[in-house]
Amino acid sequence: MELLLALAIGILAGCGVWLLLASRTFAILLGLALLGHAVNLLILAGGRIGAKAPPLALPGAAGLADPLPQALVLTAIVIGFGMSAFLVALALKGMGEGGSDAVDLPDAPPGREEEP
Amino acid sequence: MTLLLPLLVLLPFLALLLLLLVDRLGRQAVAVAAGATMVAGLGLLAALSPPVLAGDVLVLWQPWLPDWGLDLSFRLDGLGLLFTLLIYGIGALIILYAAYYMPAEDRLTRFLVTLLAFAGGMLGVVLAENLLLMLLFWEVTSLSSFLLIATKWQSHDSRIAARMALAVTGGGGLALLAGILLLGHIAGSFELSVILDRGDLIRQNRLYAPMLVLLLLGAFTKSAQVPFHFWLPNAMAAPTPVSAYLHSATMVKAGVFLLARLYPAVAGTELWFLLVTGTGAVTLLLGAYLALLKHDFKGLLAYSTISHLGLITLLFGLDTPMSAVAGVFHIINHAVFKASLFMVAGVIDKQCGTRDMRRINGLAKYMPVTAALGIVAAGAMAGVPFLNGFLSKEMFFAETVAHPGFTGYGTLVLPAIATLAGILSVAYSARFVHDVFFNGEPVDLPRTPGPPPRVMRLPMEVLVAIVVIVGVAPQLAVGWLLEAAAGAVLGGAPPDFKLAVWHGFNLPLVMSIIALGGGLFYYWSRDRVFTLHERLALDISSPVAFERAYNGATALARAAMAALDRRRLAHQLGLFLGLAVMAGAFAWWSAPATSAGTALAGPLPLSPVDPVSAFAFAVLAIGAVGATLLSAQRLLAILLLGVSGLVVSLAFIRLSAPDLALTQLAVEVATTLLLLLALRFLPQTGPARRGRTARFAGAALAVGAGLGAAAASFAMLTRPFQTVSGYHIANAKPLGGGTNVVNVILVDFRGFDTLGEIAVLAMAALGVHALLEGVRLRAFVPSARSEADRHPIMLRMLMQPLLPLALAMAVYLFLRGHNLPGGGFVAGLIAAVALVLQYMAGGFAFADARVRLDGVALLGAGLLVATLTGAASMAFGFPFLKSAFTYIDAAPLDAIGLASSMVFDAGIFLVVVGTLLMVLTQLGRIAAPDAPPAAEPGRQPDPREPGAHEAPPRAAPAEG
Repeated sequence: MELLLALAIGILAGCGVWLLLASRTFAILLGLALLGHAVNLLILAGGRIGAKAPPLALPGAAGLADPLPQALVLTAIVIGFGMSAFLVALALKGMGEGGSDAVDLPDAPPGREEEP
Repeated sequence: MTLLLPLLVLLPFLALLLLLLVDRLGRQAVAVAAGATMVAGLGLLAALSPPVLAGDVLVLWQPWLPDWGLDLSFRLDGLGLLFTLLIYGIGALIILYAAYYMPAEDRLTRFLVTLLAFAGGMLGVVLAENLLLMLLFWEVTSLSSFLLIATKWQSHDSRIAARMALAVTGGGGLALLAGILLLGHIAGSFELSVILDRGDLIRQNRLYAPMLVLLLLGAFTKSAQVPFHFWLPNAMAAPTPVSAYLHSATMVKAGVFLLARLYPAVAGTELWFLLVTGTGAVTLLLGAYLALLKHDFKGLLAYSTISHLGLITLLFGLDTPMSAVAGVFHIINHAVFKASLFMVAGVIDKQCGTRDMRRINGLAKYMPVTAALGIVAAGAMAGVPFLNGFLSKEMFFAETVAHPGFTGYGTLVLPAIATLAGILSVAYSARFVHDVFFNGEPVDLPRTPGPPPRVMRLPMEVLVAIVVIVGVAPQLAVGWLLEAAAGAVLGGAPPDFKLAVWHGFNLPLVMSIIALGGGLFYYWSRDRVFTLHERLALDISSPVAFERAYNGATALARAAMAALDRRRLAHQLGLFLGLAVMAGAFAWWSAPATSAGTALAGPLPLSPVDPVSAFAFAVLAIGAVGATLLSAQRLLAILLLGVSGLVVSLAFIRLSAPDLALTQLAVEVATTLLLLLALRFLPQTGPARRGRTARFAGAALAVGAGLGAAAASFAMLTRPFQTVSGYHIANAKPLGGGTNVVNVILVDFRGFDTLGEIAVLAMAALGVHALLEGVRLRAFVPSARSEADRHPIMLRMLMQPLLPLALAMAVYLFLRGHNLPGGGFVAGLIAAVALVLQYMAGGFAFADARVRLDGVALLGAGLLVATLTGAASMAFGFPFLKSAFTYIDAAPLDAIGLASSMVFDAGIFLVVVGTLLMVLTQLGRIAAPDAPPAAEPGRQPDPREPGAHEAPPRAAPAEG
């Protein structure tokens, strides 16, 4: 189970990084979302996975999950949405101003990573 | 009385406001106000001085930032008293002089304001008890002297000179900061009272050497010691009052002040002797040698200043009690005669229109009184008997003769240097007197010189009177001041000394005579020196050399930036992520082989894999990898991303985090909506495809990041841990009044964090709003042909009854959130998504007419509610956001406590709803209204057509 979770985090992170390095806004949006999943799972994994019950302080409950990482991740999820929304707005603003969805300015010196 | 101590420093700063107020009354009023400030400072000093002269130290201590060791503490002892006297006294004379000197077209207010700020900075340096505070004022002097030197900012030379002074003294200030931090670390305090008592401790510390070097760098740059002397002659580009103030009593004296101030704490070692004496001796000789060679008389005075500063430094370096006394004495004498000499120079400059000594000759005829004043002051500079400079020079000679640091022939070294310096200084003083006031007739002057205004001569007369009085009756005139100041420098009673003109016929007197005779002879044969110098010497202090170095450094920085920053997002991110991956890998490999750190798997046993989890993992992998590979097929990619998001929310359930699962589910829906809405306006195909190298590098980075994240997670998951959550679980009910610990943490224990987070969310929404306001884009994907296609009747029929249901669900989740999974975040997301779906199903006009919710108002209301809830607890005298439960535990009040944090949760709810509504409806609004839906029937993604073709009306062509 631990290995499975770790692999899932790794796959999400790897895919997220690959997409982040793209040169167009849409791919970067996807990449950020995937990387966000990876990070959220990683933070949650900080509380380990052996818990038997959700963190509800009910009488007689035992083996509760660690609530602190959960609280952190909860706000991270919501703020992640805010971040995505802002990036979408930036991308659309870029479309409106520059007419292109490339993340780099067209007048940048020709880099090695681009081919016509 | 001590309470008035800070006022002594603050007075010039307070006067800044006064100056701005009287600005409209004209030049004279401003000058009077500034001069009155200086005189008031003198009066205040007189009131404070009796106990100090009796040997006491006044200290006022007020904590400011005690954690940093930075306190508002001031100290008035003999040394501070001496410097305060010089700063205020000479400052008053300078202001009087400047009022007549500065051209009428210059803004006198601006100049005097800067001068007062500078004086305040200097006073802070000399009166600070806390060394960090002193450094603060030290920087004030660096900055304000930059402005003063650039008073004539229209001239290129002034700007370069100011920049040079700032670069040198500012750089020295950085070194000084490091030195002071080390000193404070060693001594355990930044307070001078403590540091000065711990000299032995400081000198034995192993950090003593680097600390001393750093401190001396600060002092030497400020005091223009070789090799940092070059800024001072260039600073002569400033108006003469500035030169007279900065280079006699203040700015450059800050460096030697620092030597004197820290003398009991850091002096007394071999290293101190070598560094300080050596630098002082080289500066003394080089400055004196170069002074003779300057044809510009202000340049001559500048190099003479460097030379005299070297002399003072040398005296402190000699490290005997009497040499310290002589150093302090020479600080006074030099300040007085050099200020008057600069004033004379300013008069001549103004009256003749040039400063070239080859053209200015025979002025004694044209301005006899000024000439007399200048000759007397120059005599003091040369060390002529019955003038003040003679006395301290005599003491200097006596100290070199008797210095215990040398034996055998070595005893001759210091006296030889001293005599040589004496010869040189007599020579340049002779040149100043002979060339300017005698030596025939003036050559080709722009103006016919005449005597200066009567009042302008007054400050010079005062200073020259002091020169003579001190020279004739030293013990009476300054004995008391010197005793107090020297006592403060030595950190105890000064040696018994008596200032007298006549010490009998002894070796120092012989040296003086040699210096006088040799100097005159040297001046007489100066032509040969000039020729030799012009042939051999290289001018290292020229502004050109500095500019070249400066521009070179700038170009280097630009090149380094250009190499690192290629203006490509992928490049930047790649560097950043690559560094992160490498840091992880390095930590991995550098872990000691024997520790548990090297094994990937930790001691915790692995839990078994159940089939459902394995299946979910497979789906997640397919979703993530699929979205990555098919990112060009955007609709599919969004769906696959949604799949992985859903699996993540399932994983949250599996990991006992129901709150997260709910939130993730709702956010997933919102994100999908967001991406779908944005998709229409982004081109299908783009210009940029990654090259092979970039693809390879990106793949390597992605694999590295994935492996690293997986390894780190696995290593973490298999190791035991400790959590602080026990407190939260135990106290959720008793203190927070709820059983859902996650929610209680969010709205109670860490409520302040949550407040910050919803504020961030609100800012993101406002940012989206601001970015997209007015943006109109034409969709790339063709719209549906008819209204019915655009808003399918099925969706519409489904959504309208769903709204109340969804809202009811949101209210339910909100209400139970404190005790069971739910809460403001989830409820807000669900309510907002339900509302947004109305827009999608029914169209904007339809929904706008019915929903009638203002996103901005919702955000504001939410933040207000959340903040007020927090503030309400302050009204009861409790910390911000302290929940009702933390102080009322009586059972009947249970309901009230619950309400308190629920109101906060309602604030969260409102902000979340507002954010989503604003973002998603804003996206819906940006479609250009005139886009004809049928214009591009059945348009297919066309790879030949770059996206820029379909740019909206406002857009400029991308590749233009």
